[in-house]
Amino acid sequence: MAAEREKLVLIGNGMAGVGTIEQILKLGGAYDISVFGSEPHPNYNRIMLSYVLEGSKSIEDIILNDLGWYEDNHITLHTGTTVTRIDDQNKLILTDNGLAVPYDKAIIATGSNSFILPVPGSTKDGVVGFRDIADCDAMLAAAKQYRTAAVIGGGLLGLEAAKGLVNLGMDVTVVHLLEDLMERQLDRTASSMLQAELTRQGVRFAMGKQTVELTGEERVTGLRFSDGSVLPAEFVVMAVGIKPNVQLAKDSGITVNRGIVVDDYMQTSMADVYSVGECTEHRGTCYGLVAPLFEQGMVLAKHLSGVQTPGYEGSVVATKLKISGVDVFSAGEFTETPEHTVISAKDEWKRTYKKILLKNNVIVGAVLFGDVTESANLQKLVKNSTEMTNEIYDEVMGTSCCGGGGAKKGMSVEAMADEEIVCGCNGVTKKAIVDAVTENGFTTVDEIKACTGATRSCGGCKPVVEQILQFVLGDSFQQSAKQGICSCTSLSRDEIVAEITAKGLRTTKEVMHVLDWKQAEGCSKCRPAVNYYLGMIYPDTHEDEKESRFVNERMSANIQKDGTYTVIPRMYGGVTTPEDLKRIADVSLKYDVKVVKVTGGQRLDLIGVKKEDVPKVWEELDMPSGYGYAKSLRTVKTCVGSQFCRFGTQDSMGMGAMLERKYERLDMPAKFKMAVNGCPRNCAESCTKDIGIVGNDGGWEVFIGGNGGIKPRIADAFCKVKSDEELVEVCSAVIQYYRETGNYLERTSEWVERMGLEHIQTVVMGNDDNRKELAARIDFALAQVSDPWRKMLDDKNTRTALFEETQV
Amino acid sequence: MERSNREYTIGAVEDFMLQIGRVVHAGEVELAIFRTSDGAIYAVRNHSPHPKGGPLAEGIVSGYYLYDPLHDWKIDLRTGEIQAPDRGQAEVYPVTVEGGVVKVTLPAAVTTLN
Repeated sequence: MAAEREKLVLIGNGMAGVGTIEQILKLGGAYDISVFGSEPHPNYNRIMLSYVLEGSKSIEDIILNDLGWYEDNHITLHTGTTVTRIDDQNKLILTDNGLAVPYDKAIIATGSNSFILPVPGSTKDGVVGFRDIADCDAMLAAAKQYRTAAVIGGGLLGLEAAKGLVNLGMDVTVVHLLEDLMERQLDRTASSMLQAELTRQGVRFAMGKQTVELTGEERVTGLRFSDGSVLPAEFVVMAVGIKPNVQLAKDSGITVNRGIVVDDYMQTSMADVYSVGECTEHRGTCYGLVAPLFEQGMVLAKHLSGVQTPGYEGSVVATKLKISGVDVFSAGEFTETPEHTVISAKDEWKRTYKKILLKNNVIVGAVLFGDVTESANLQKLVKNSTEMTNEIYDEVMGTSCCGGGGAKKGMSVEAMADEEIVCGCNGVTKKAIVDAVTENGFTTVDEIKACTGATRSCGGCKPVVEQILQFVLGDSFQQSAKQGICSCTSLSRDEIVAEITAKGLRTTKEVMHVLDWKQAEGCSKCRPAVNYYLGMIYPDTHEDEKESRFVNERMSANIQKDGTYTVIPRMYGGVTTPEDLKRIADVSLKYDVKVVKVTGGQRLDLIGVKKEDVPKVWEELDMPSGYGYAKSLRTVKTCVGSQFCRFGTQDSMGMGAMLERKYERLDMPAKFKMAVNGCPRNCAESCTKDIGIVGNDGGWEVFIGGNGGIKPRIADAFCKVKSDEELVEVCSAVIQYYRETGNYLERTSEWVERMGLEHIQTVVMGNDDNRKELAARIDFALAQVSDPWRKMLDDKNTRTALFEETQV
Repeated sequence: MERSNREYTIGAVEDFMLQIGRVVHAGEVELAIFRTSDGAIYAVRNHSPHPKGGPLAEGIVSGYYLYDPLHDWKIDLRTGEIQAPDRGQAEVYPVTVEGGVVKVTLPAAVTTLN
């Protein structure tokens, strides 16, 4: 046993205090911890009380740390115990049930209480606050017994209480002193929209009414207002505000204003005693929301665990109403004054409203109503005092038209931290890109790519790199000049394909020579591309160039980082047999395959085959290649379908296997994935496939251009057909048109957007002759293909050159 | 560690296909041998200088350059120098061809870890 650990006592078993303890445990702070809570419950999420009231969650659902958590972390928990005083002379915590517990460090996190209006009758039965589980229980009980309720206070809490009581079947009126609801979080426009919305949902309002008395005998019967009018109510919820619970601090002689006064490290006026949460006053502010409490807790936890941390500097407060389907949000300053620049958009039909306030072009506040998707982003912009730019404007006002890139949505490049990684593939930071541009006077993304490596791998970050370039160059930025398919040529894909056809060019060497390539034999980008175009143009005569193939296609297997390979045999439509499984198992054992993995495309991947063993594995499997390495059809994913499924309207397994057999082995611009579903439940996820097919009672629906990968895209509905023959013809025509017009490495998700869905529909569906010609051309190309594994096994020279290693 | 320069005969010229790398183990050292389109033969240690390593033999060859199959670094087969934007050095070894026989000379202090 190590030396005696310091004793840490937490007073208040709520979110702020226990959150701090959790952080201390994470940081490895070594304390003997005791916790005192007045309520009989372990720590629960007070913010979720509205949901308990609404009935969508139970008390159990909102418990944050159950009793087991306290035990597991050796924390002594005293529930139902109220601390009455901290005796700093003797370093003891004294409680209402006579305990005297020693402490070395203490945290006060006593939260706050509902503020009950000091008006006659406020102590009658049937009058509650809305603060804890007990209040919640009282409200649930009242709803069973009484019909009319009044909620005093049109703030966040009051509205949530009102909505909860309406949901419980009560007739509820919200009484508010002012003319605008939530006036401390919303501007007048958003307030009135909110009131209209809640009125639609059955809440009544009595605005501009000051309550002077609660009427009734034992139990409340109604409210009397200062203007003499009355409102009958058998149940009253006081939600006019909260007041920090500072009784203990006061009684212990700790300095208190509105809350317990702390410094930037949450230290109170009493040595070794800290305070976090709603009971706390930091730089003159008491917070009643959850985010600041966590921020305070984080600073205190680090401080108590001996971890260096900057002090707490206060929080930008943002509000979100969490209930009743009305989304409102505000952050920072939201009431305009003459010194603000106001950006606002109100849409009365969609019932949305958005307002952003600028001061000297810095974003200082925002209000959102109805659509709060930009809330997290705006909160960050306000917090960082970000300057408004065109990009940010486009982003937050939804006027942007460019797609996202690899970088996080919701960050303008200007606000992006220097050390933020822009290109995740090559670990290039924003700063590296900015430096490259400023030091070398770059003006194109290509120059940045050549210097830093950003955008060279997956390309997902290209839009962001472009934005950074634009941001650094400002007005001198010009949209990039004509770009070739790589740095070896200034010709575009279409120009190259046209030249090949016009001049009858036959090999990559010839293409590069005749078309005056800058690097005579091309590079790793253009060689595979030109090889593909030649094969697409001359399906029957082009000699595929192994030396122009990327490693995986050259080897017909996927290379892994250690130089071993994976082997994926075909399983048409994701269906296999016990015999095939047995063979896969036997071969995997024999060749010591490291991992057998089920792929996303419904087949098995044998991972970690030694290069020299790859052909032997093929031979002994004696199965066709699944093309898991290729720019070609990978799999046709299927659901169970009408053969077995009680919902199936079409034979998806059969159709999937048939399509996979038909289109396998044919080179395409990029990898190609398909799915066939037997009914609209879409279990095989057609919406993220290059071609997705959904069967229904009486035909098939075809979707194209879906992608679940680097740039997710939901497939577009392309057409509906009645027969299997029509379905195959449509698939054939779409694939062939993609083969003939797609850029090498361009997935259909990009191709559909570049060509336009309607254009593709016109080409394929608008003209029967066109469709049949495309289908005939793909059939001709398909007639030329053969299994690459078999071919390699029959070609000793190539096999030896590629797979065998000699020892000398 | 080898004690002194050693010469290995690694095969005949026609054993090496144009622009298709091939792996040869010379003693303890794993080599990637390339025959460029002009018929010249180059030997590189079959280990990328990229921090993540990996083989080089399967890369695409263009002129005297090799594109690293895993990381797309561009490597000068004559000097082993990695081209911008990347930096580094692949280990290259001298090759002689006499009467159609290919020989590689490995220096004394060649590391053998792969």
